[in-house]
This record gives sequence, C-alpha cells and structure tokens, in this order.
Amino acid sequence: MNDLTKKAQEDDVTTDPNWTGICNLQDLPLNAGVAALLHADTDKETQIALFRTSANDQVYAISNFDPFSEANVLARGILCSIGEQLAVASPVLKEHFNLATGQCFEDESVSIATFPVKIVDGNVLVAG
Amino acid sequence: MSNKQRVLVIGNGMVGHKFLEAMINSPQYSAFEVTTFCEESRIAYDRVHLSEFFCGRSADDLSLVEPGYYEQHGIRVLLGDKAVSIDRSAKTVTSEKGEVLNYDKLVLATGSFPFVPPIPGHDRDNCFVYRTINDLEAMQAAAEHSKVGAVIGGGLLGLEAAKALVDLGLETHVIEFAPRLMAVQIDDGGGAMLRQKIEDLGVKVHLGMNTQNIGDGDTCFHKMSFADGSEIETDMLLFSAGIRPQDALARDSKLELGERGGIVVNDHCQTSDPDVYAIGECALWSGRIYGLVAPGYKMAQVACDHINAEDNAFTGADMSTKLKLMGIDVASIGDAHANTPNAKEYTYVNGTEEIYKKIVVTEDNSRLLGAVLVGDATDYGTLLQMSLNDIPLPEFPDALILPQRDGNGATGLGVDMLPDGAQICSCNDVTKGQLCQAVSDGATVLADLTLATNAGTSCGGCKPLVGQVLNNELEKMGLEVNTDICEHFPHTRQELYHLVRVKEIKTFSDLLAQHGSGYGCEICKPTIASILASCWNDYVLEPEHLALQDTNDRYLGNMQKDGTYSVVPRIAGGEITPDKLIVLGEVGKKYNLYTKVTGGQRIDLFGARLEQLPQIWKELIDAGFETGHAYGKSLRTVKSCVGSTWCRYGQNDSVALALEIEHRYKGLRSPHKIKSAVSGCTRECAEAQSKDVGVIATETGWNMYVCGNGGMRPRHADLFATDLDTETLIKYTDRLLMFYVQTADRLQRTSVWMDNMDGGIDYLREVIIDDSLGICEKLEAEMAKVIDTYQCEWKTTIDDEEKMLMFRPFINSNKADSNVVFVEERGQIRPARKDEREPVTA
Repeated sequence: MNDLTKKAQEDDVTTDPNWTGICNLQDLPLNAGVAALLHADTDKETQIALFRTSANDQVYAISNFDPFSEANVLARGILCSIGEQLAVASPVLKEHFNLATGQCFEDESVSIATFPVKIVDGNVLVAG
Repeated sequence: MSNKQRVLVIGNGMVGHKFLEAMINSPQYSAFEVTTFCEESRIAYDRVHLSEFFCGRSADDLSLVEPGYYEQHGIRVLLGDKAVSIDRSAKTVTSEKGEVLNYDKLVLATGSFPFVPPIPGHDRDNCFVYRTINDLEAMQAAAEHSKVGAVIGGGLLGLEAAKALVDLGLETHVIEFAPRLMAVQIDDGGGAMLRQKIEDLGVKVHLGMNTQNIGDGDTCFHKMSFADGSEIETDMLLFSAGIRPQDALARDSKLELGERGGIVVNDHCQTSDPDVYAIGECALWSGRIYGLVAPGYKMAQVACDHINAEDNAFTGADMSTKLKLMGIDVASIGDAHANTPNAKEYTYVNGTEEIYKKIVVTEDNSRLLGAVLVGDATDYGTLLQMSLNDIPLPEFPDALILPQRDGNGATGLGVDMLPDGAQICSCNDVTKGQLCQAVSDGATVLADLTLATNAGTSCGGCKPLVGQVLNNELEKMGLEVNTDICEHFPHTRQELYHLVRVKEIKTFSDLLAQHGSGYGCEICKPTIASILASCWNDYVLEPEHLALQDTNDRYLGNMQKDGTYSVVPRIAGGEITPDKLIVLGEVGKKYNLYTKVTGGQRIDLFGARLEQLPQIWKELIDAGFETGHAYGKSLRTVKSCVGSTWCRYGQNDSVALALEIEHRYKGLRSPHKIKSAVSGCTRECAEAQSKDVGVIATETGWNMYVCGNGGMRPRHADLFATDLDTETLIKYTDRLLMFYVQTADRLQRTSVWMDNMDGGIDYLREVIIDDSLGICEKLEAEMAKVIDTYQCEWKTTIDDEEKMLMFRPFINSNKADSNVVFVEERGQIRPARKDEREPVTA
C-alpha cells in the first residue's frame, strides 16, 4: 500500500500541488481520525479527515463531509478493514468510504474527495 | 419519454395496487411509463379489513399506499376519473372526463361489484352494499338514525358486514337463503357452531329465508317479508349476496367473456387480446373467478412478469381461508365438504368451549383432503400444508384435531417434511424454498426473514409456520450457522467475552492478534470495547481503547444529525434539587442549547459543538453533576415515582431504591442500553413493567420484573420474583445483569435475550435464583468489581489536559464548523434544514 505515497510524490513532481503542513505525525492518534482545515478563511476552505493507521503505517486524507447526513463528521467515524481495503464508517448512519479512493461501499454512485498526503521530517502535509 | 412502453391500468383496488408495486420493483421499471385509473376518490386501500373502519381504523389507516409513493415512482393516477371505453385497434382508452390515453399494454383490474338480488324494494332508501369506503360512510350516516340493521347474505362478507352493524351499535340480523352460514366454506356442523357463537354475541341469525319483498315497516323503516310468511323489521338493509365480476368495459370492447361473466384469461393473465391483461376478481381463469386477495396478488405478479418478458404463470390457487369473524376463528381448507368419492371424516366437537374441528381424509386414511375449523384455528397452518403438499398422515389422523392434554404437544407436522415448493405465505407467494434460501443468505432471525422475503407481512397468518421453517433450517445447519460477529472475528459476542475473561485480554489489538484477522470494523471494535469495559472497567478513552469507541463513546455525548452532541447529566431516580435545576438552566442558556425533558426523568441539552463539550461538562461537574452515560450502551436511567415518602398510596420508598440501583449499576457497559424503574405501589406510576429490570413495591417487599422494554417493539416485563427484601432484590439484579452482559448478543435487549433462551424465564429463574449453573458467586464478584471501579468519565476527561485536545474542532484550527447552523423555533434553537442553509459542497 505504498501507492499513495508514490502517487503523492508523483503529484509533487508533475503538478506541484500546493502542499499544506497540518501537524506532527505524533499528534495523530493511531487508528482514529481527526479533522483538519485546509486553506482556512479563504474561498478554498475545505474540511478534511485524517486517518493514521497501524495497518500499513500510512496517513490518509479524505473529505470530512458525509454526503448522506450532510454533516462534517467522517473524522469521527470508526476505521474499518473490509477485505484488503481500508475504510471509515460514518458515525451518523454507518456508510463506509474507502480511505484510498473515497468510494462509498454501499452506494456505487457516491464517492468523496481524497487528498494526497506526504510525511516530511515528521510533518504531515496534505495537497489540495 | 416517447420510447417508453406505456402501461395503463384500469382499477386501483388491492390487486391493481399490487400490480403497480410489482412493476415498480421490476428491474426494467425505468423502461415503462405507468398510468392508473382510480375511479374512487381514494387510492388503493385494504378491503379485507374494511370492517375495522367501524372500530377505529380510519380511511388513512386502511390505505395501502404510502403518501407520495406513486408520485415518487412517476406513476400518474387519474383519481376520481373512470375509463368509459377501450378502442383496441387504436390502443386507446377514453376517460369519463374526456381524456384519451394511449397504451402499449392495458391491464384490467376492475374487480367486482356486489350482487343485489332483484327483490321488490331493493332500491329503497337505506339499502346499502358493502364494498367501498364510500359505502361505509353512507352506512355510518344512516346508522345514526337507526336502531336495527339487517344483512342479506350469511357468507364470509355478509358476516363481516354484520360485524360492522354490531360495531355501529345496531341490533343486528343476518338473513341467509341457504340452511347454514358460510355455506361455501364450511359444513353443517361448523356452520351450527359458528351460528351458536355469533348468536352468543347478540346477532340474530335467520337461515333458509327467502326474502320476497321489502316495503315500509311499522316500527322500523323497512319491513322484509319472507316466503314462509314471516317478517322482520329493520331500519337499514345491507346486501351481501355475492359478487359479480366488473367486466362491462371488456364486454363493450368485445373481449372474450365467460358465459356467466368474467374476462377470460390465459395462464399469463392475457385476455383474448394479447396486449390486454385482466387480473383479480374480474378475471376468469379456467372457468373460475377467484374472490380472494391472494390469487389476485399472484395474477398481478404474473401479468407484471409477462409484460417484463419474464417467466411466470398463474396455475390456479388454493381457496383455503382462515379468518377472524367478530373475534371467532373460522377456517376452511380444501375439500371441506368431503365431496371426494369415498372420503372419510373425523370430527371433534367441544360444546363447552364451542370448538368444532373436522378433517376430511382419503379412503385409505393416508392423505388430508380438507378441513373445517371453527372457534380454534391454530391448526390451520399445519393442516393446510399437509393437504397442499400431500404429506402422509400419522397412523391415527384424529390426533391432528384432538386436544393434547398429556403435555406432549400437538402432533404437528415437521416442517422438514414440506417440499421446497410448498407455499408458506399465500398473500405474498413465498415458498419454503425461498425462506430456506433467505435463511442461508443470513436472515437468521424472524424479523430479518420476513423483511427479506415479505412472508408474513400481509395477513400474518403464516408467521408461526415461517418461524418453524426458520428454526428447522437453523437446526439443520447446525454449527454452520454463521454467528460470527463480523469478518474480523470468527466468534460470537459471548465467545469473545469468554476469551477476554479467561485469557485476561486487556486490549483490542491483543484480542485481534490472538483470535482475529484484518484490522477490525465499526461492529467488532465497539463490541469489544464494551466487553473490555464490562470486564476490566478501564477508562474508555485510554489510547488503546479510544479508536474502538463509537463516536458517542469517544466524545462522551450523543451525536445528533448535524454532528453536534447532546449532553445528559445523571439525575438519579429523577430526583434533583432546585439549585441543580437552576445550574442546568444556566448552562443551557449560556451555551444556547436546546433543552428537553427526557422520558427517563432527566434533562437533555442539545446542540453542543464538539469543542464546547469539555467546558460545558466542567461547569456541570463543578456544580456536582456527573455523566449520565446517555451515550453508552450501559445503564441509562432508573425512573421512580415519589413513593411512600409523599404519596398517599405508596407502600415503600421507591425513590431511595431507585437511587441505590442507579448508583450501583451506573457506568456498567452492556450489550445494549439497560433501563430500570421503581414504583412505590401497584399503581405503577414509574412504568417499571416496561424496563429491563422493574421493581414494584408490595405490602411486604418488592416484586421484581425482568426483560421488558419500550421502543420499536414494546414488551412488558415478566414477573420474576415476588416479595423480595432489598438485599435479595439487589443480589438477583447483580446476577441477572452480569449474566446478561456475559451471554447476550451485540445490541440484544434483555427481552430478546431471554426469549431466545431455551426455557425462557423459567430457565432464567433456575440460573439466577436456584444457581443451577453454580455461577452466581462469580457473577456477584464480577459485578462488585465493576461497581468498585466506577469513575465519572467526564471528570477523568476534563482532569486530563491531553484528552482535552481531542475536542478541538480541527487539529490545526480552532475555527468552528461553518456547516453547523441553527435557527430558532418555539424560543429555542434547532438545526437548520437544508433549505434554510447556504448550500454546502463537499
């Protein structure tokens, strides 16, 4: 599951996205989510949910907005493994979203945004 | 739109509605444009239960259609309009209001109309038929000026109509031409018993009566004169002398009809015009009209499948029926009149209890041909399956209807003997095979099974049999039944509990490493967190437990739909000082929280943002409150009445006991929430009998009730033990709750837990009172440990700086979530609805 890091690095090289430093890696609780704010107080302000998993020692960033309940709650959901895939269950009505792709497991037509993450010198950076 | 197939339905009765439902559920539904006529001013309603209109069910209650259902699925309803002609060559239908509708497929679901015998005077005022809600409303209006009502016709519908007259408060007569009631369905013996039972209810039954004239009465509005010279006076008259197929449209458009009416259809329910279908009571299949709803439903499905080019056929239907008439069970199966050559009969008549049972069997005693049951129809399901599936009879067939007084239970049929094709639910055409498939697909409890198959969801008559099939299948699967809690642990909750206990496992990761796979999910994580808390009672937000908790447990509040939380401090027993009440008011005001009194005698404060929770709780704790565990699967409230301290009737101090119970078990993590209550006397103001543990004071002690609940499936608690002293009551409660915590399934309330036990409450008494398993000492010790290690989780949390960081809205910002928006309603806040908010994008 190093695809994501790889993807992030490729993105870094090819599209030079705007990386935002969020926090130290140690600040993220293991196997639980936290919410973070990208581009606060600009019109690009976005809420994201960060998950640090012990499954593959990886940090994932997805949208914090649960499209079913229309509330910013996904960071407060429980981390799940479904077969080989990692997902978060919305705390409101328990729909699952794939952490790597944003795809909803219960409804094919629904997916949420995901964001590239990289760890540099123990700092968590997110693009998007 | 123009490339869609246009399906036009004439008639929106029960069968017409079933057809629309079938279309909506068909995979190709989007390829159709469906329109339906509904001549009545109301869309489809339940005609089978029409008589309930007079005992409190409204027209809305009788409706079969959820509001907006047709609209939501794009079905156009021509309400109150009527199809007046069909042009089959142009494929159009013209309506009374002049609209011309094109169709590709036309479905006639025009039903039937009541037959009114041409007796002179049949068209006088205050003469009614019994078919539509409009008919009922007219009857209702007339009944206001009437004292006496009579029904002509003592068949199934006639007796239903008689019930309606009784419910309207009228002196009621039933007049039948044949020499017995329900002549079609039951025999002389059954008819005689039914008559006796109906007359017991005050209805006067007149058999063998040939009505010759209806004219002006002397004391009532009508006078009916009979061939034998007798007369009956009545204010209202109801005709229920049979039905005739409503085939006028088909007749006018030259579709083939039967000699005595009815639209001729083939096995696909197609009429003589392949693009025109007929279903329900207007259709004549193989020379028969089926006047019951189940065959009509089957025809609806067959027609729908044929339009969808799917394989299905109507091949006739069994006309067996079971119904409750004025509270009397009546059932008829197969050849009830023993018309089969050389058929033999067995009859059981119980004059005291007014029960009549008859079975008709083949000459060689080997197969059941038919049956009649009056007064007790509990054997209906078994007998019906025996006759439908040609099951060999026991050596002495009369055992099937003789009462079982030796405690050995009835000589039922093993559902195992039924073939897969056996139809278990006739209303929704569900076979045993379909039920078995659903069970093996995971519907292993009755509720899931009925949901998955629809079996038992209409009349409910087959539910006991569905349960038997379920149990039989589960038994056959033996250990193959998948009771694994989820994909990560091949264990039940009870097994996980024992693993945690016996191996003294203290963390989820250890349990996963030793007994699971993968990384866990939203099912196993909170379940195991709860088990760990029940066993070791660690602080739930320790780093190794934190990620396991559901959001409510993780943030120690109840998440609401907008992501805010509600705050519920403990108000044990519902007792609160004025000062503390003021604190709640002040906190609610300061943080602008919506405030509501709960059913459990507490106060709920809604609309707290994540970041406000620690500050709110700090203020509450400083004022002497503690957490109410409203967020946890744990003991919630112990409700109480004021008891003997204040009440004139109180037998004992219910508040003191409620406080003792609540403080003893507060914080106990359990498979589901636990509620309790204590009432100070038998008036039961605390509603203790709706709780998991309910206590009611008696003159000499406490009565203990167990395993009740309110909610979606309310259940009264059962009396468990009587006249206990407080010490014994607490001892039993310790044992009971710990036994529940150890052995129940995830999210299983105590009621279901007990109901699933072999032996039910008797078994529970043996375990808890007689200590039949020898575990009571251990249960008490384990409970003592939980009680000793209680902590207020909010107090622990606000005392820990690091934990407080968890409640920041964002790890990199203290800005509040801009998506949480409130508006004011009735002087308080509530979450803004979508249309009241700025649009939000992901």
